[in-house]
Amino acid sequence: MKAPPLSYVRAATLTEAFQLWRGAGPDARLLAGGQTLLATLAFRLSDPGTLIDISRLRELRGIAQVGTAAVRVGALTTHAELGRHELIRSHVPLIAEAVPLIAHPAIRNRGTIGGSLAFADPAAELPACCIALDAAVIARNAADERRIPAAQFFTGLYTTALRPYELIAAVEFPVAKAGERAVILELARRSGDYAMAGIAAKARLAGATLVDPQIVFFGLGERPVLAQAAMAAISGQQVLAGTIAAAQAALATDLDPPADQHGSPQTKRHLAGVLLARALKRMAGIEDARAA
Amino acid sequence: MSTHLDITLTVNGERVSRRVEARRHLVDFLRLDLGLMGSHAGCEHGFCGACTVRVDGAVVRGCLVLAAALDGAQVETIEGVSDTGEIRELQEAFIARNAAQCGYCTPGMLLTAAELLRQNPAPTREEIREHLSGNYCRCTGYHAIVDAVAAAAARRQSGVDGRASEKEAITTADARPPTADRLER
Repeated sequence: MKAPPLSYVRAATLTEAFQLWRGAGPDARLLAGGQTLLATLAFRLSDPGTLIDISRLRELRGIAQVGTAAVRVGALTTHAELGRHELIRSHVPLIAEAVPLIAHPAIRNRGTIGGSLAFADPAAELPACCIALDAAVIARNAADERRIPAAQFFTGLYTTALRPYELIAAVEFPVAKAGERAVILELARRSGDYAMAGIAAKARLAGATLVDPQIVFFGLGERPVLAQAAMAAISGQQVLAGTIAAAQAALATDLDPPADQHGSPQTKRHLAGVLLARALKRMAGIEDARAA
Repeated sequence: MSTHLDITLTVNGERVSRRVEARRHLVDFLRLDLGLMGSHAGCEHGFCGACTVRVDGAVVRGCLVLAAALDGAQVETIEGVSDTGEIRELQEAFIARNAAQCGYCTPGMLLTAAELLRQNPAPTREEIREHLSGNYCRCTGYHAIVDAVAAAAARRQSGVDGRASEKEAITTADARPPTADRLER
């Protein structure tokens, strides 16, 4: 279908974007890469009246290191840019690894990290990665800026902690530390589709044990799920058949996946367990992760 | 803030100015306003890839970009890259391998494959499949399409003169001599 009739305006500066937004009212939508928004318009799932194009705002662009401990990524950074940027590849390798899993090349050329986080699809890769990496979402309104830890940003199905007239300006990722292992895995029917089930995880490998694991599932609930019971089960442990089984068993506490077009809750729990075993082995450097 | 906008952009090297409805997506703009029928509107929600065109040098879904947002942009369509000869090897390989059946997906496949070969001149079959995974062929002729992209890559890698090896390929495939414009129809 075609999009509903709408008005369009392009902001030249961030200040102007906030003014236009106030003028158009809270139902107006910001247009960045448009890779989800324009599809929802075509489905007539949304009828915002006005689109405010922020895609040319230089204030929301760029990838830069902040001190020695963080990398700041402008909200308008496309998935393709994330995947090839040297700072991301060297300091936030989980994100570089996630990029090929996000949709398809033509969509990665246009879709943005800010758009992905603001849309908050529970099956999307980047929200889960942000939680696994303890990233901070930098939110801005007309007056000032605030930091929202990724773990508190996703509040429910397609909903976030953003307030009215507040947008995502950037995302700040901690620089990966020595010995840190991170992995993202997902199961999808077609390469590039939203995941039936996915996992993003990070841990420090000390000898043969995983320390401070951070394990996040996506596509298995209304928002990315931090698997705290599984994390407790594997923390400080070696990755062995017994500890993998204990972590898998803990998922009964962590996950309550709804049935969807991909399968029943039981199917999704099973897939989560398979992914968890593969991810733990990968982080521990155990070969043949696919055989799990 | 307006429901109609005046835009000026470059399409296949030519400057064009038009007044467009704000909701008009790029593929409708190309087809209905400019008469460039090579880009196809399929699902119109970003799923099928039939509308793939290039904006500022990168392939995009033409149905997921508003024409109004493209003031000042450089757009290239299958017509443009056919005229420049940039993707001739790919087009010839598609014909030789019978990789265009109904042809609906073909312009999108070609532009996506061209981007792959620019980034990765010697892709594996797996990499070709992965890169084309967002482009649907409802004739399900994927095998021939992957063959064609692999053949075009191999021909470029070997540096063999295009016309010489094209004859060889046609003899093998028992096809009529290819021309770029036959593919466009």
